Formats: sequence, structure tokens, C-alpha cells
Amino acid sequence: MSLRISALEYVQEVQNGNISAEDYVSKTIEQINNVDENLHAFLQINSEAIDNARQIDKKIKSGKNVGACFGMPISIKDNICIKDSKTTCASNMLENFIAPYDATVISKLKQQDAIFVGKTNLDEFAMGLTTEFSAFGPSRNPWNLDYVPGGSSGGSAVSVSAFECLASLGSDTGGSVRNPASFCGVVGFKPTYGLISRFGLISYANSIEQIGPIARTVKDTAFILNMIAGLDPNDNTTIDNSNQDYLLGIDSGIEGKKIGIIKEMIGEGIDSAVMSATKNAISKFQGLGAVCEEVSLDMVKYSVAAYYTITATEAGSNLARYDNLRYGYDFPVEGYEFNSYISKARRKFGPEVTRRMILGGFVPSSGHAGKYFLKALKVKQKLTQEIDQLFKKYDFLIAPTVPVLPFKIGEKIDDPVALFLVDINTVTANLTGKPAISVPFEISNGLPIGIQIFANSNDDKSLLQAARALESTVKLPEVPI
Amino acid sequence: MTKIGLEIHCQLTNLESKLFCPCKANYREYEPNTNICPICIGLPGSLPRLNQKAIEKASMIAMALNCSTPEKIAFFRKNYFYPDLPKNFQITQLNIYGDTSIGGLGYTMVGEKKIRITRVQLEEDPGRLIYEGSSSKNQTTLVDYNRAGTPLVEIVTEPDFENPKQVREFLNILSDLLQNLGVSDPSLEGAMRADANVSIEGGNKVEIKNIGSFHDLEKAIHFEITRQESLYSRNIPIVQETRHWDDRRKITISARSKEEELDYRYFLEGDIPWIRIDKDTQERLQKEMPESISSKKDRYVSKYGIPAQVADVLSSDKFYSDLFEQSHNEKNAKEIANIITTDLMGLVDTREKREQSKFTSKHLEELADAIQSGKITRNSAKNALYEIVKTGKDLTQIIAELDLGNVSDESEIEKIINEVISQEPQAVEQAKKNPQTINYLVGKVMQKTKGKADPKLTLDLLKNKIK
Repeated sequence: MSLRISALEYVQEVQNGNISAEDYVSKTIEQINNVDENLHAFLQINSEAIDNARQIDKKIKSGKNVGACFGMPISIKDNICIKDSKTTCASNMLENFIAPYDATVISKLKQQDAIFVGKTNLDEFAMGLTTEFSAFGPSRNPWNLDYVPGGSSGGSAVSVSAFECLASLGSDTGGSVRNPASFCGVVGFKPTYGLISRFGLISYANSIEQIGPIARTVKDTAFILNMIAGLDPNDNTTIDNSNQDYLLGIDSGIEGKKIGIIKEMIGEGIDSAVMSATKNAISKFQGLGAVCEEVSLDMVKYSVAAYYTITATEAGSNLARYDNLRYGYDFPVEGYEFNSYISKARRKFGPEVTRRMILGGFVPSSGHAGKYFLKALKVKQKLTQEIDQLFKKYDFLIAPTVPVLPFKIGEKIDDPVALFLVDINTVTANLTGKPAISVPFEISNGLPIGIQIFANSNDDKSLLQAARALESTVKLPEVPI
Repeated sequence: MTKIGLEIHCQLTNLESKLFCPCKANYREYEPNTNICPICIGLPGSLPRLNQKAIEKASMIAMALNCSTPEKIAFFRKNYFYPDLPKNFQITQLNIYGDTSIGGLGYTMVGEKKIRITRVQLEEDPGRLIYEGSSSKNQTTLVDYNRAGTPLVEIVTEPDFENPKQVREFLNILSDLLQNLGVSDPSLEGAMRADANVSIEGGNKVEIKNIGSFHDLEKAIHFEITRQESLYSRNIPIVQETRHWDDRRKITISARSKEEELDYRYFLEGDIPWIRIDKDTQERLQKEMPESISSKKDRYVSKYGIPAQVADVLSSDKFYSDLFEQSHNEKNAKEIANIITTDLMGLVDTREKREQSKFTSKHLEELADAIQSGKITRNSAKNALYEIVKTGKDLTQIIAELDLGNVSDESEIEKIINEVISQEPQAVEQAKKNPQTINYLVGKVMQKTKGKADPKLTLDLLKNKIK
């Protein structure tokens, strides 16, 4: 039995009785034990995973109703709460936090008999795009261990790419699902804002972030989405998707569709290999019968600045609750005055989180808000207007997911500004609420390149169809792990 | 001229649940930190879940205060660190970026005086801090989050009050109004709190916070006016600042100056989408709103001929006016109003007494009928009511048990009148000269019959005797 199958193939094999959940999950755990010492995708492994699988096998044998996952091993980014298990956000601040409840996505997957093999590494509180800002050490790219896997859902992307699970859930605030998916050669999807409940996702910048699946194929992505999308009374920002089936008609193709190539995302600073991959993708789309032309999204040039201003403001507020009074790490309050206690307790935040919180204290403050925060909101609004205009004419927009190839661990960590620019192609989807997906497209010098497709709000289904069409033209080499 | 403005916080105590979670809005009966959940203590990953009922009740308050009500409202985050604030930000409303609070400019009348309302907004109450230890050095602060997230309506007035008396009158009117709307029980401890800002002619505005009761509010305003006037008379500038009311010493103490004001970094709460309260909803709420106090009063006067003063007392208290509404008909309305305002109010004047009392509107109905049909005297009715409140027994049973039925047997009354006449020769002589003093003798007869003698019959008989 090979681990190297897709999630849907797994379901098929279990249903046909060719493999058992216990076999597959045991092998998956074995794989984690073999490779994760080097990759560091996981922060914790679920010691009950194999037992859980055995239970599901029993259920299957007894002819009882079994959920759509059939014991499929899934990994979960460690900023999503699973009841009674540690949820650390890769931060020392939450090193002992045990969630007393399940995130909505977790309860939905539990209902479908998914098995959570473990919690995956991330940049602390999802702030970063290399996983190097994890308080517990970086993850490594399975394609080349010297390279970053992207981030912040680095651990999730690595675990999918390295066969340590069949699919994963990450979160995407400015590209945190798509970026590592692109760097690790897997599919990463950021849905329309509100399509997936955020209840149980530890907020970083709540007005723009979404949980998103990471999987090995577009179909697997649609399969996972089917189970976790839709209205949730626990998240007032969720939207009613009328129980759409995202798998149905996923092979419909894109003949006759109009595609815009975003000029501002293939401009200055783009790696030549990424540029050539983009050109190849365009001709593939044309070969599939789509019409492609270059379009302009002028506000993109301000998008990263606006993104950091908005996210810092929201982070400053969302992370204010970590005062160590109700939960956190062992640090007694006796003998402290409140303010001196929390300022001391909050020193456990790592450098990147601290940096963004300081920024978040400044940009929305009175006297400065007009120059920074309010201006950022204006950029967000204008960018949305611009992209809405484009979607009147085009079905999809495309760009490389990241304008550069994966880089070495340590190469850019001390250069926040260089890191910020890696976000340039991904933040637009978050600022405008649009769905976007990264599809693995080429390997250059042994490193993956992903192509990103955007669609209009609530067009997630046709977006997956376009992604599937592009994927069908691609045959990537096996990951060298 | 002295100018006083108020900032009143009122909990929507009659709601079932908190503003953003299913915990109880009435947290008072719980052990500390047992009326809590991941949402109201702000656990990582939790999100606010808006209680739509709170929006409706707060809208009603805004309408009752003649405020404008925008069709789209929004929530904002007010960011500051404080141990009673689980998320270290409060979800509240703000009008800086357009009128997005639940109520805009409005007014309410205090007698002839118009008090303008600046805005009405909905927000979450923080938890409660309990201080232990005598000196600040060994003080321990305990936090109880049971209250955290309770729906709170903030009502801000323009500085339209000229003296503490107007403030008190306004607060009484507001308290009655909230109770009448059925949104809150202001008599519950901490359900209604107020801060004040005070300025005198030529001085800066000073805010007073931390005032425990309305009684102290008046005192605090008094103190502040005196303090400011004293500074002014000595040519010492009055600085713009926030002062805390020291409950023990009954003075205000400087807390922070304008320069030290916190920067709350307000921004839109993304976890709660904009809420539409369209024209249809507003009209529906308008219809669902209970009759206003002034309309009730007018109705009582014009329809039943109840004296204005009695109607005023009756209509302004929801408990009594509800009772009146349930028990009255065209015939007995005046009598019932009378029983409630002269007798019942004295018997159940506190919350505890009301809760313990056993009477129902049916009792009042029967009592009024008994008086009107001459079964018992007003005086006996009072005694009967006392028993009813205490035991909840049937009126006929009480009349029998306590022998409260009227003595309307002429011969029996005559016997007692004869006794009185022989015992009070002086009074009899006086009554002959001055017929008005005959009431003294009527009183004596009443005393002997324990108030059961039919007063009209007694008077007629007495008059005949001493003519």
C-alpha cells in the first residue's frame, strides 16, 4: 500500500476494502516518525490517531453509517482549536493553552470521521511567510531541506507535500495558505470571505482571514471544502452557500472563459523562472480554450502597505487578550500591579509579533490614524472597486502565487521589508474578500512554482473548475522525500 | 451658568442572554465565574455571536427617547487594558465615522425642561473587580467575569442640566421609562449607573466617574460645583480632567488630565457585520412598544376621571400600572386606582416585599367590588389587603376569619351610639353647637366597631340622635 495517493483515492480504496483506515493511518504515523525530525511540520502528534482509525474500521465493518472521510488522516494548523488538545499558535505565550472546544471546521470534520494526526507548525500567531517565526523552530521544505516551506501555514503545506497526511487545514490572512502551498508544490485555497467559519480559529486579522484547505489535488480541495463550508451561527460573518457541491462538475473546463493577467503582479522584481512559468500557464489556459489578456489592477502597488497597516491594527487588538491572567504559561500574578504584570507577561511574544503589535499600537492611534489606518482602509476599498470592475469583464484573474522562488532558511529573516514584498501577489484576495487558489505548476531547479487564480466573490465553485483545468495540464516530478 | 451632562449605563436585565454569547444576562444569582463561556471570557478562537433581541430592545429605548434611528448600525472596538475586560477591548458603538450607533439625537422632557439626548449606544458590560486588603500595598484584586458581556445601553445627554435636582428628576423619569418598556429592572443592584460631567461659567468640563448610586451622583455633582466655584472665586483655573468619586470621603479626586487620556484606537469590529434595521423593522418595533407613561396617564385621567396626581403615580410605575391594567374595569377603575395608590404602595414598597407578596390582580378586583357594594368599609378593606398580601387567601375567607364584614344593622349601631353618647357628654354638647365636630363621635363609633360600621349609616343615626 502506498501513502502516495490522493484523499479521494483513499476514500475509494477504503470503501472497496482494499485498505483499512488503521493501515493507512499507521503508515502515516510511521512516515511522520521517519521524516518529521527533519521537516518539523508538526508541533504535536495525536497519540490516539491509530486507535481512532481502528474505531472507524469497526464502524465500517459493522455496516454503520460512516462519514465521508473514512478515517482520512488530516493535519491541522496549530491556530485552530481542537477540544482538549494544545493549541499554541507556535507561541510561548500559549505554550500551555488547551482549547476547551472544537472549532466549527473541526466538529464538521469529526462528524465526517476524519482523523487529526497532529497540529502543524506556523509562524507565531500566523504572522510570517516562511514558518521561521515559529517559537518552536522553522519547518523545512520537503523539496529541499535548506529552503523555507513558505508560511505561515508552512507545517500544513509540508505535511501534505511529504505524505504525512492526506490534507490539511491552514489559515490565510495575506497568503498564508497559498504561499506555502506554492513553495511546497501542493494546492492551497483561500475561499470567499465568510465561506468557512472562523469560529475556533485564533484571530490574527479577523476582517480578512479565512481558514483554507491544503491538499495534493484540486479535487481533494473541493472534497474538503464540501465538508467545512457554509453558514455557522457561531460566526456572524459566514455566508449561506446553499450546500453547494464543489466536486460536482469540477471537470467542466474553462472553454470560452475570459482570463485577465494582472500586470502589476508580474512586474518588477519577479524571478525569471516564475515569469516563464506564468507565460507557460497562460498558453495552457489558451490551449484549454480560454481567452487571456493583460489587465491592470492599479491599487496593487499600495496593497502590501495597506495590508500591513490593517493587519497590525487588528492584531494589536486581537492579541491584547493575551495578558496571561486566564490562561497562558506559568507566571504567578502575586505581588504585581496589573500593568507591570502584563507588560512583563507579554514579553513572551516573539520578535515578529512584537514588531506588528507595536505597529498596531501606532497606525490606528488618534493623530496618526488619518495618515495610516484610514488611508489603508481607503486603499482596501479602492482595490475592491477595481477588482469588482475587472470581474464584470473577466471570469478569472491570474498571477504567479509568489513572484519569487522559495529561498533559503535564514536568507530573508532579518529583512522584514524584503519579506513583506513576497506577499505582493497574495494580499489582494484577502483585502478584497475574493477567493483565490494556488495550483502547483512547474519545478525550477528542484523548487516548486505555483500559479494563482482569482475569482469573484462566491464564485468559488467555478474557481475550483478553472484550477482543476490548469492542474490537468501539469505533471510534476515526485517530491524527493 | 452651571452645565451638567450625564452618561448613563443601563443593563438590559430582562433579556435572556448576554450580548454576544448564550450566558445569562442576569448574572446576579451565580457564584463568581460560573456564568461564563469561551466567548464572554474571550478565549482564543472565540467569536462574538450577536443577540438580535438586544438590538431590538436598545432600538426601543432610542425610539422612546425620541432619537433618530439609523437604518444601518455597526460595532466598534474600544481598545484598552484592564483586568475586568477579558479581551482587553470592549465591543461598543461610535459615531465618529458616521451615525452608526443605535440611536442619534433625541430628547426627553423633565417637566417643562427639554433634555437633549446626544446618542444611545449598545455595548458589552465588563466583568466586576473586587478589591481585598486594607492598604494599597497589600491589596488584591479579584475578578468576577459573570457580568462580562451583559448587554449595556449607554445614554449620553447634552449638558442641559442646571442643577442636581433636575438630574435626579431626569433619572427618575428615565428609570420609569426603561421599566415601562420592559427592557430593564433599574432596581437591581448595578443595573443602572451614571457618570456626570460638570462645568461652571468660565471653567473647563470635568468628568466624574466611579459613582456607585444615584444618591451619590447628586452628592458628587454638588461637591463638584462647590469645588469649582471655590476655585473660580480664588482665580484658580479649573482644569479639564477626569475625577473619581471617593465613596468613603464623599469627595472627588483627580484621576487623569486631558493629556493623559487613553487612546482607545477605535476601529470597526469585523466579527459583527453591519446590522440593518430597516423601516419595516422600525415600524414593527414601534408597534411592539408598550404604551408610554404619559399616554397611560392621559388615558387614566380622561377615561376614568382619576385625579391627575393619582394617575401620575400610577402610570409611572410599571408594576402598579400593570396591576391596574389587569384588574380594572370602567366601573371600579377609580376605586382600584385608590386602593393601589393609598394602601398597596405602602405594603409592597420594596422589591423583596413585592416578590414575597401573595396578592393577585383578582384580589384587587374583588376588594374594589366589596367596597363599592358596601360589603366592607374602606378601613376594613385596608386590613383585608394587609392579610391578602401576607397570605394570598381569598377575600371572602379573610372577611369571615377576621370578622371584617360591615356592621349595617341599625339596632346594633344604635346600641353603640348610645354608649358613645353617654361616655362623651362634652363632645355631644359641642356637636350640637358646631355640627362639624360630629366626626369625632363618628370616629369613636368606628373605634368601637373596629372600623366596620357603615360610616354613612352611623353619621345619619348620630345626627338624628343629637339633633
